[in-house]
Parts: sequence; structure tokens; C-alpha cells
Amino acid sequence: MKPITAIVFKDIVIEMRSKESISSMLMFGILVLVIFLFAFESRGLEKGMVGPGELWVAYSFAAILGLNRSLAMEIDNDCLQGLLLAPLGRGELYIGKVASNFAFMMIAELVVLPVFFILNNLNFDRRFFAIAGVSVLGTLGIAAVGTILSTISGNTRMKEVMLPILQIPLTVPVVIAAVEATSQIMNNDTPEISAWLTILAGFSIVYLTVSYLVFEFAVEE
Amino acid sequence: MTTKVLGLLAFVAMLVALYMIFLFAPTEATQGNAQRIFYIHVPLAIVGAYGSAILLFTGCLAFLTTRDFRWDRFAACSAEMGVVFTTAQLLTAIMWAKPIWGAWYTFDSRGTLQLVLLLIFIAYFMLRSYLPDREKRAKLCGVFGLLGMVDVPINYLSIYLFRTQHPQPVVSPGGGGLDPDMEKTFLVSFIAITLFYAYVFVKRLRLAKIEEEVEYLNQVVLANE
Repeated sequence: MKPITAIVFKDIVIEMRSKESISSMLMFGILVLVIFLFAFESRGLEKGMVGPGELWVAYSFAAILGLNRSLAMEIDNDCLQGLLLAPLGRGELYIGKVASNFAFMMIAELVVLPVFFILNNLNFDRRFFAIAGVSVLGTLGIAAVGTILSTISGNTRMKEVMLPILQIPLTVPVVIAAVEATSQIMNNDTPEISAWLTILAGFSIVYLTVSYLVFEFAVEE
Repeated sequence: MTTKVLGLLAFVAMLVALYMIFLFAPTEATQGNAQRIFYIHVPLAIVGAYGSAILLFTGCLAFLTTRDFRWDRFAACSAEMGVVFTTAQLLTAIMWAKPIWGAWYTFDSRGTLQLVLLLIFIAYFMLRSYLPDREKRAKLCGVFGLLGMVDVPINYLSIYLFRTQHPQPVVSPGGGGLDPDMEKTFLVSFIAITLFYAYVFVKRLRLAKIEEEVEYLNQVVLANE
């Protein structure tokens, strides 16, 4: 457990000093919401129909930005080399990176979600907490698969371009399930929500396990 | 020699399948002639898309455990087959959907996730082409292929959870069942497409081996110059 907390602590310290990752995710997330607001508002589309998709596009694109940052940080100055030399298992390294990526995404979402509620004129009631819960589950899935994919894309010539190409197809089940769950909550119609939450949780568990096992191949020199 | 036999068998089976699809099988009552595309579409989905996914998964897993480059070639070829056959399958799907559903494409979970599978195959290729170093390419593509193919069962499970417009499976367990003549046609068509797939796959594997040899020889020549 100790190496994992050490990695998370290291990332938090770096983030507090540079303030690069969270601020860029935050700004990008809000910008996506604003763009959608303009695009949909002019057509008079109903909020309950387009809102959930809007939220998850903002989340997943912002996550890609954050993941790119988090890996660039390790690759510049060969920090990854140092981490690999440290006395910890490759799986632990992966879990540590997932934990810090997840934490940063959650912090960004903590601001993006209220902004989403305000822009869409929704009330801060029980539904806010329910959607926050779905966000936690969905973000865990995105962080689980995104951390290992960003490590893979970091080895290619075009790092920033490669990550979305690899990540978006793999996170489709997460996005579909999360959008469905969110829209059911927004429309106060939640009899089938457990199936979607099961998909979200199952996806995270599957990808955390598989990535934990194969992460050593992704970082091996 | 065996490849030639395989090719010949595939050719004959294809001819028989074409005859059966267009002349032997009865016309379906509600969908009319458009239903005949089913005999091509379903085998393409099963052999082409899911078959390639299984082969890619096997190739990636075997490479990561044995570190034998033959498996990397195997994985690359199966992904290529996946791109070709899944594209063909999606094309047959839209051709069928236009007259029957009245739209080329609608949000149908099975179709959408098939599209996602195609995107994963393509992403696998792009990753390959962006990695110049052979060893690194094999390893990272192995990891990505494995992660991508883990998506497929989630994909298949979701069929039963998503609301879907796709006609419910008639050939899987619990499906409605087919007319005996249709069943025969489907079986022949399935065998024909499987043989064709096997033939192309074997050919492609040989080609990949030759490509690697050429690349190696090129490097030898460059080193000597």
C-alpha cells in the first residue's frame, strides 16, 4: 500500500506546484459545456435529452487532456525511468497512477458538474448527488483504461494524437452506460438503472484487473 | 499445396452458397428478398468480426507470454482481417437496413458496438504504424490488442442489456429457429465464408513473413553499404 500512496503523494505535490493538469481539465470541461450550450440552445432542444451526453463528452474529453498531461510529466526529464527503478511492483505503479489520475479528474469534475447544473437550470437536489455518484463510477472506468493507454501512446511519435484514438473506442461502453444512467436520473425514471451501474462497475473491475496484470509490458524497456 | 486446396474448396463452396442463397432458399414472408443478405451478413459477423477478435486476442496473449514474434505477426494479420471483414459486414448491414428500417443507420446497440470493434481494429493498426521499433511495437500492440479485445465480451453482454432494434438472434441458443431450407442455406454460406476467411488468412500470414524477411534483408544491405 505504501508505494501507491507515495506515488499519489508525489503527483499531488507536483500538481500543487505546477497546477497544470487540473486547471487545463477544468477549463476544457467548462468550455465544452459552453460550446454545447450555444449549439443546442439556438435549436431549442430539450435539456433532459441532450444534457447527459453533453456532460459525458465534457468529462471524457477533459480526462484525455489530463491523462496526456500526467504522462508527459513522467516522460519529460525521464521521470518514468526513475519510477521504474524504484522498489515497487509494476502493478503498484499502475494502481498509483490510476489513483492520482482519478483524483485529479474528480477534482475537475467537482467544479464541472455544478457548472453543468447551473447552465442547464437544474435544481441542486437529490439528483445532484445521484449524478455525482455515477460520475465517480464512470470516471474510475475512464481512469483505469486511460492510464495504461496513455502509457502506450507515450511511446509513439504522436503522443497527444494517439491517446484519443486508442481511448475513445475502448471507453464507449462506459460512456453509453454513464449517459443512460445520468439521463434516467435527470428524468426521474430509474427502474432500470442498476443494469447500467453494473456495467460501469464491471468495466472498471475488468480493466483494473487486466491492466494491473499487463502493465509491466507497457513500461518495459 | 494445402493452401491451394483450401482456396479451391472456398471457391466451390462460395459458388454453391451463392446458388443456394439466390435460387434455393425460400423468400422470407415479411422482408422479401432483402432477407437474403442475412446469409452473408451473419457469417461475416461471426467469422469475420468475432473470429478476428478471438484470433487477435489469442495472438496478443500468446506473444506476451512467449515473446515469439510469430505471434505478433499472427495478431497483426488477424487485426487486418478484422478490418476488412467487419467493414464488409457493416456494409451488408446498411444495405439491409435501408429497405427494412428505412434508414441506413439507427442507434442500434449491436451495430454501434460492431462499429466500435472496427474502430478498435483500426486503432490497433494506427498504433502499429506509429511505432518504428519492432520489439516495442510488438509489446505495446500486444497490450493494446489484449485491452481492446477485453471490450468484446462486454460488447456482447450489452446486447442483452441495451434496448435494441436489431432482429433478435435466430441462430443462437434461445433464438426463434429457421425454416429447414433456410437453415441449410445458412450452413453452406457459413462454411463458405469460413473457408474463404481461412484461405485469405493463411495467405496473409505468409505475406507477412515475407515482408519481414524483406525488411531484414534491407537492413542487412544498408548495414553493408
